[in-house]
Amino acid sequence: MSITVTVDGVPVTVEEGATVADAATAAGAYVPTLCFHEDHPALGTCRVCAARLDGRVVAACSAEVHDGAEVEVAADDLATMRRQVVGLLFAEGNHVCPSCEKSGRCDLQAVAAETGMLTSEFPYRYPGRETDPGDARIWLARDRCILCQRCVDLVRDDEGRPVFTLTGRGPDTRVELDHATAAGLSDEQVAAAVDLCPVGAILRKGVGYDEPIGARRFDVASVRERALRGERR
Amino acid sequence: MDGPSTTFSASSTASPPTSPPTSLVAPRLLAVHGHDRSRLLDMLWELQRRHGHLPEAELAALADGLGTTLGDVRQTASFYHLFHLRPAGRHRLYLADTVLARMHGYDHVLAALERETGATLGGVDPTGTFGLFSTPCIGLSDQEPALLVDDLVFARLTPDRVADVIGRIRAGAAPREVANPDGIPTHLREYVDALVETNVRTHGPVFFRPRTDVAAVIREAVALPPEKLRERVSLSGLRGRGGAGFDTGLKWRLCATAPAETRYVVCNADEGEPGTFKDRVLLTRQPELAIAGMVLAAYAVGARHGILYLRGEYAYLRHYLAHQLHLMREQGLLGRDIGGRTGFDFDVRIQLGAGSYVCGEESALLESCEGKRGNPRLKPPFPAQVGFLGHPTIVDNVETFAVVTRVLEEGPEWFSRMGTEDSAGTRLLSVAGDCDLPGVHEVAWGTSLHDVLTLVDAPDAYAVQVSGPAGGCVSVARNGHRRLSYEDLGCNGAFTVFDSSRDLLEVAREHLRFFVGESCGICVPCRAGNPALLDLATRIGEGRADASDLAHVESWAALLRGTSRCGLGVSSSRPLTTTLSDFPELARAAAARSGEQGLLASFDEQAAVAAYGPAAERLVAAREEGAGS
Ligand SMILES: Cc1cc2nc3c(=O)[nH]c(=O)nc-3n(C[C@H](O)[C@H](O)[C@H](O)COP(=O)(O)O)c2cc1C
Ligand code: SF4
Ligand code: SF4
Repeated sequence: MSITVTVDGVPVTVEEGATVADAATAAGAYVPTLCFHEDHPALGTCRVCAARLDGRVVAACSAEVHDGAEVEVAADDLATMRRQVVGLLFAEGNHVCPSCEKSGRCDLQAVAAETGMLTSEFPYRYPGRETDPGDARIWLARDRCILCQRCVDLVRDDEGRPVFTLTGRGPDTRVELDHATAAGLSDEQVAAAVDLCPVGAILRKGVGYDEPIGARRFDVASVRERALRGERR
Repeated sequence: MDGPSTTFSASSTASPPTSPPTSLVAPRLLAVHGHDRSRLLDMLWELQRRHGHLPEAELAALADGLGTTLGDVRQTASFYHLFHLRPAGRHRLYLADTVLARMHGYDHVLAALERETGATLGGVDPTGTFGLFSTPCIGLSDQEPALLVDDLVFARLTPDRVADVIGRIRAGAAPREVANPDGIPTHLREYVDALVETNVRTHGPVFFRPRTDVAAVIREAVALPPEKLRERVSLSGLRGRGGAGFDTGLKWRLCATAPAETRYVVCNADEGEPGTFKDRVLLTRQPELAIAGMVLAAYAVGARHGILYLRGEYAYLRHYLAHQLHLMREQGLLGRDIGGRTGFDFDVRIQLGAGSYVCGEESALLESCEGKRGNPRLKPPFPAQVGFLGHPTIVDNVETFAVVTRVLEEGPEWFSRMGTEDSAGTRLLSVAGDCDLPGVHEVAWGTSLHDVLTLVDAPDAYAVQVSGPAGGCVSVARNGHRRLSYEDLGCNGAFTVFDSSRDLLEVAREHLRFFVGESCGICVPCRAGNPALLDLATRIGEGRADASDLAHVESWAALLRGTSRCGLGVSSSRPLTTTLSDFPELARAAAARSGEQGLLASFDEQAAVAAYGPAAERLVAAREEGAGS
């Protein structure tokens, strides 16, 4: 069933069950996302997709609209919040884009550019984050991990067991790789995990520059253009 | 929760678990718990009781038996700060580090503990006897400083008492012999009373009255059709006592009408909000009211299983509560054909938490009950629709369930006549701090702050932390006339009084520190934003804030409030924002000092100067070494 909502005052028609992000896309309004992946249910961890639904700030990736809903995306305070969330991610990790293999195909880098996050207003914390180089095929660079939980929730071995997990909590939360389980993944599954990670935290050992600069995901079409085409991966 | 491991984890995977203990306990635990993942916390507790920590070989065996990976089991274990992945001493000591403890000699008690145990805070003494840790509020605000020792607790500590207790344990006594010298059986109320005080200060219309005949209440209630029972709860106007104030009758209806075969009833006894302890007192003095409330809920929604989620810090109540469940079973009030109603079967198990404030959030609590990390779920769907293991589940606070029993005893009108229009009835307050009558008080909703302060004998009250850190710091001078109620000043039960000698900015900072440590860490604004807010609060409190810091307070608070995934991050900025807004003199002083600041806020003059000495020494030493070679 179709319902009608307004996005920044513009009426659009969407299917029942559509999210705020879907409505925004239908109206041509860009809402950035980081943890959301089009093939999977919303994870709701990054909170970068702040929008307003009937006057309340919500995560656009997971909040559903109803008939007659009023969605706001463009308001200055919302744009500020989205930029601030990206700023927090840069401040809490160690993101050195020029030396990162994922540059040009990294969602965080692309979303930072789209939200105007040039330097974080939050003090950079320069945490000591250990790299886990010990797996045969996967290089886990925690400096760049944004704890989106895509790998944690979505990567499974053939027996359905998790491969990536978290330990700790709060600011000490970190992602872990279960090497014994990872050893059982096929090369395709490893490649899928690398591709699933929105940043350069999960990398394939022995592979570099498999996509040349200039031909990378966001070199070809910006994260905004992709999102407005409904591509969020 | 242990810190990050110091080595790359490569080696731990290829090689088999290092020197497994000769006989593993895990297989037996798995058998006892039917290889049920949702009992993982119970199994971890059992392992820790046995080994003092959680050995990797045991965790690997659990993982195997549960059909998952070691990483997955560690993912759960490492979330809870009462679990230890590395050896943590034969006895684990947790000193409650709270604002109130700090007002009552925390520093001296900590110094005595370090001296007597030989352990430094966060570590284990050289003989491996004592592990000494700090922990947030353990629900004893009216008798701090307080210390957990394994499953036991010692309250009202002084350095002398510490020397005595630790001395006797050192000399070979078991902590339980020291805490309970008369050897009272652990399932008796007298045992609980021997460990802690339950200070009930008022006997209001609802609680702590002559014993309610819960058998009669249940028998009468289950003679009604379930929807009639729900209707009576709705009529009473009862709203949840855990904080959010959701309409209890409506929650029950949502659960009862959600399409499902199986439903659950969960009692939230996590009581983690610093400053609150009324659920502990209620569970000690009138556990039958809360349990009967669960039975009534089960009947009202059609549930067969219930869980009482008891915070790990209340482990010393476990046997007592289990015995209460047993007594109810004996009376036919739990089990089969309850209250004489054929086909109404319901029973309750106790789930012990393991140290995590966010597990009081209802969906995090359900994750924890399922043997996972306490990450709050995305809502909607709400637990009443999709709850424990995906089934519609009622999660209600201890006091809420207890009130339900009284409502059905006395009638909904009796209840709704008390209180105010939108806030029916009374509420229990956990009163502590600078007052002469700390303890549990029952007041009608609508009572003003001034009147509560008179009741608890706090003539010098300057500020009240209402609802704990997640609530607000309220100025008595400015807002003493405000009334506790959902319409005016909401209250989850915590009521902590400060006189004018207290440094409220220091209090705010401690509360922010609490939120930093208790964030589950899965959403960005809370995980990364709270440390930034804590830095701000620290600079403001130390008089080092500059104008940009002060400008950031509201903006960053709005970010956390608006974008956080759960109530923790939504309210974690309140210690700072409410203190500055209700005490503008503190904000003005901070602003005035910021005007004098000629330095960048991030520049810590003290630290910079302090670093000079060692740096100079190193230089001199290096030069001498160079000259010597
Ligand atoms: C961070 C956080 C901690 C909470 N802790 C508790 C708690 O310890 N006890 C409690 O009853 N409710 C707690 N709540 C509220 C619960 O999520 C939930 O609203 C409550 O258990 C519902 O019961 P009620 O309707 O009877 O109040 C907490 C909420 C949040 C966001
Ligand atoms: S490793 Fe990548 S996919 Fe996994 S949590 Fe970190 S950023 Fe997300
Ligand atoms: S607000 Fe904090 S506690 Fe709640 S989900 Fe986010 S990180 Fe976890």
